Amino acid sequence: MRYSALSLLGNAFSKNKNWKPAWRNPDPKPHYDVIIIGGGGHGLATAYYLSKVFGVRNVAVLEKGYLGSGNIGRNTTIIRSNYLLEGNNPFYEFSMKLWEGLEQDFNFNAMVSQRGVINLFHSDAQRDAYTRRGNAMRLHGVDAELLDRDQLREKLPFLDYENARFPIMGGLMQARGGTVRHDAVAWGFARGADQNGVDIIQNCEVTGIDRDGNQITGVQTTRGAITCNKLAMAVAGSSSHVAKMVDMRLPIESHALQAFVSEGLKPFIDTVVTFGAGHFYVSQSDKGGLVFGGDIEGYNSYAQRGNLACVEHVAEAGMAMIPALSRVRILRSWGGIMDMSMDGSPIMDRTHLGNLYFNGGWCYGGFKATPASGYCFAHLLATDTPHETATAFRMDRFARGYLLDEKGVGAQANLH
Amino acid sequence: MSSLVKCPHCGLRPREEFTIRGEVAAPRPSAGADEATWFDHVYLRDNPRGEHREYWHHAGGCRRWLVLSRNTLTHETSDVVDASTLKTEGAR
Repeated sequence: MRYSALSLLGNAFSKNKNWKPAWRNPDPKPHYDVIIIGGGGHGLATAYYLSKVFGVRNVAVLEKGYLGSGNIGRNTTIIRSNYLLEGNNPFYEFSMKLWEGLEQDFNFNAMVSQRGVINLFHSDAQRDAYTRRGNAMRLHGVDAELLDRDQLREKLPFLDYENARFPIMGGLMQARGGTVRHDAVAWGFARGADQNGVDIIQNCEVTGIDRDGNQITGVQTTRGAITCNKLAMAVAGSSSHVAKMVDMRLPIESHALQAFVSEGLKPFIDTVVTFGAGHFYVSQSDKGGLVFGGDIEGYNSYAQRGNLACVEHVAEAGMAMIPALSRVRILRSWGGIMDMSMDGSPIMDRTHLGNLYFNGGWCYGGFKATPASGYCFAHLLATDTPHETATAFRMDRFARGYLLDEKGVGAQANLH
Repeated sequence: MSSLVKCPHCGLRPREEFTIRGEVAAPRPSAGADEATWFDHVYLRDNPRGEHREYWHHAGGCRRWLVLSRNTLTHETSDVVDASTLKTEGAR
């Protein structure tokens, strides 16, 4: 059923008793053309575009838990395409364009809110770097605007402009950036893929991968063996763990990243703001809670929780930027596991095994990439060639020396 | 992560005194090793879910480098030794 004002009205008159589940809950079939491991945002988006754009409909998405239980439901919901590098910018801008039409495309309210993303700068050198990034964005046709201190004061009067150590001199704004309701993205893609015939199989953990020489023949799961023509991994966070099933070692470490939400406040921050002198980013949800986060914990982890040291660090960075946060009480915090690649950029490529495809290494920037990642991965799966915006995300770029070090940080700051 | 970690020199100490450096990898290859060996050493990781041998620095205590096992799922630590006791097999 298509959602519309009419369907809402009709169901209201029938006392909302006739709503159907948004997707089926099928048992796995013995064989699929494509199996996607991982029912997170990227896996579901891949299935959606594979079935919608590329006409591949005999597809299963295998999810270990329930939909939205992984990083798609654990991030700070920020979307942006303010990237500097040639290999990155067109991809993230493609993603931004998909975000802009997404709700109409999959007929689901994902609450896409282009409220703007502002990166603060605190020194002359940082202003130069941001100017360069802004210019690179504009050369790629992406909107970017350099705000000086006075312009910024009008928009965000509550920042600590006179901070003794990190005075705020201005910011780089991408007005088209913003936030999206993260779990609605998972639901929307799941519903859309399901309507195209994709089987979304929850509570189905892949426990082994079957091969015949260099060809994958299928997977072993907690719900039985399933065979496939092509196998796609979209399990960022657990990539090394799954890759180990086919004896692959990856240029990836798994790290925990925390996010926080405060008690509900009256409208306070109407954009996304990031601290330039530390790692801190904040926005305000429609419910009023401040949603914010900081840096990864700094040690390998598969535990979906963080430590107090990082809570303190995030709170300090937040306080340095917005002193008014000192009175705000934190309501909840949670952790997700990031695939930290060695250059800080994702990997989307074929592997040494003929019909195994890899999508991972999204570091802590996977959410904004969700639609483009799905589209480009579907393109790769369907055509065996990378999408034109995703040609830089090759698996072998580390060995060839073509690193994509947008920020100059990978899993650890000393890698560059 | 447990808030107390047993240092072989200082005894039970708060976790905040330690800095985690990362996995105990194979020794650095020789300068003349081929590119594949260097690629493997510099970029690839085992990144296990479970027991992980790693270097810790007791920065807020004895300032010794330690080697210990930590479970990356539960964060339980065990087998703490001073890094100098680690047998190095020499460059490949």
